Amino acid sequence: MSAFEHPFLVHALVAGTGIAAAGGLIGYFLVLRAQVFTGDVLGHVAFTGALAALAAGVDPRVGLFAATIAVALLLGVIGGRRRVDDVAIGSVLSWLLGLGAFFLTLYTTSRGATHGTAGVSVLFGSVFGLSGGQAWTAAATAAGICVAVLALARPLLFASLDESVAAARGVPVGALGLAFLVLTGACAAEAAQAVGSLLLLGLLAAPAGAAHRMTRRPCRALLLSVTLAVAEMWAGLALSYAVPVLPPSFAVLATATTVYGAAEAAARVRGDVPV
Amino acid sequence: MSVIRSLWAYPFMVNAFRAGTVVAVLAAVMGWFTVLRRQTFAGHTLAMVSFPGAAFATLLGVAPGLGYFGFCVGAAGVLAVLGPRETGHDAALTGTVQSALLACGYLFVALYKGFLGGVDSLLFGSFLGITDAQVVTLALIAAAALGALAIMGRPLLLASVDPAVAAARGVPVRALSAAFMVLLGAATAGASQITGSLLVFALLVVPAATAQQLTARPGLGLALSVVIALAVVWTGLAAAYYTPYPIGFHVTSIAFACYVLARLRRLAGGPA
Repeated sequence: MSAFEHPFLVHALVAGTGIAAAGGLIGYFLVLRAQVFTGDVLGHVAFTGALAALAAGVDPRVGLFAATIAVALLLGVIGGRRRVDDVAIGSVLSWLLGLGAFFLTLYTTSRGATHGTAGVSVLFGSVFGLSGGQAWTAAATAAGICVAVLALARPLLFASLDESVAAARGVPVGALGLAFLVLTGACAAEAAQAVGSLLLLGLLAAPAGAAHRMTRRPCRALLLSVTLAVAEMWAGLALSYAVPVLPPSFAVLATATTVYGAAEAAARVRGDVPV
Repeated sequence: MSVIRSLWAYPFMVNAFRAGTVVAVLAAVMGWFTVLRRQTFAGHTLAMVSFPGAAFATLLGVAPGLGYFGFCVGAAGVLAVLGPRETGHDAALTGTVQSALLACGYLFVALYKGFLGGVDSLLFGSFLGITDAQVVTLALIAAAALGALAIMGRPLLLASVDPAVAAARGVPVRALSAAFMVLLGAATAGASQITGSLLVFALLVVPAATAQQLTARPGLGLALSVVIALAVVWTGLAAAYYTPYPIGFHVTSIAFACYVLARLRRLAGGPA
């Protein structure tokens, strides 16, 4: 087991395990609540937040969390009950990404950083570049997110499956939705550190989508989503370690996509899905 | 006047303006139909596909344009066959496919050592080094796409506004939407060469969305979309020439400002 003598791999496993578990939990509810597009939005916001922090000369993680949680609150408060129109969200999104490009240029020109690498690592992640401190912080934060989601799981499941009945039974539906969005924002900020802001959507959507395809029972699907996410993360990191030419983000995403594809195909063969 | 003359003192800027003009017209017209048909998410997905396309072409050493058009039109064909996917679970599928394609793009970039600096321009646009041949290619493709759209225009409008009535009147709704999807792929491939893969939305959807805030009449709306897109691209190019920031930033900011103004005008009770 000489592989575990490499600190970078140990750090990646520590951070990756926590992040994957949080992503699997959050992703399950995102798919259930049809809020996958929100995950996409928060990923783009994570990019702009991280680069704004870099350009301002502070820790990028501050920018990540500040931006994603602020936008999650904004979406929750504005969205509320109405369906926000996709065109409006998309327009804001494209502008936020453009703003990210602005901060990227600001950062690379003002601080004389090696051009391109800052942007690339924020966009596509650099899980093998985490220090020990960063890895344990990420794992602890992810554990906090997991505990919070599990604490909310029962009422949130109820509210997601049948909002009006849940509201009638006295479940605080609005507050739950908002709390979930904030947790999603925190999870996006976490995941951006591992697989980057462009690819984190896959980490949220693929394991959860596969779990939804494999079983209809909520508790089992939730557990399955977390298990799949963590297993895919480990397999991806191992693959990337064994074949150095494959970037870790790509290897993790490729594993997750393959599993999702297999689950989708199996469901279609069983005739569970209207083709 | 002297400002414009100094802008056009260099051949590369003249080419950038030519390409930008072609792309703005094509994206605005296609975008107007995209907004009408509520297929903006498909447009966004197709735009994302252009990034692995360009990275793959660079890796193989062929012209990036081939990669852009090959991947975008190919993905459009897949979407056309699978049909539109916009509901809850299908979003998980769309999201997974999108991330997987972006991850492939990242892999191609990583395999092509020394290309990391080029990622920014693929994602956020660049107006440098557009050749005469590229402008001609873009113009030919735009002319073909707009020609096809002109032939399809009236039935497509009917099929977009009311598919049931269109089908009853014998309009081939499915074939039309598949053909439209392929044209959309060509338009996103063209637009992403100017704005970059991540920011196509600003040229494809935002001008059209702005026009639809201002008028409900099809002819006028189309004309307005084109005018707004042209204004956005031209001011964006000029701003990018005089500042160090990428063109994608200017184009998205100007387009978004127009959109916000149009919405505010509606809120203020202007004629809808």
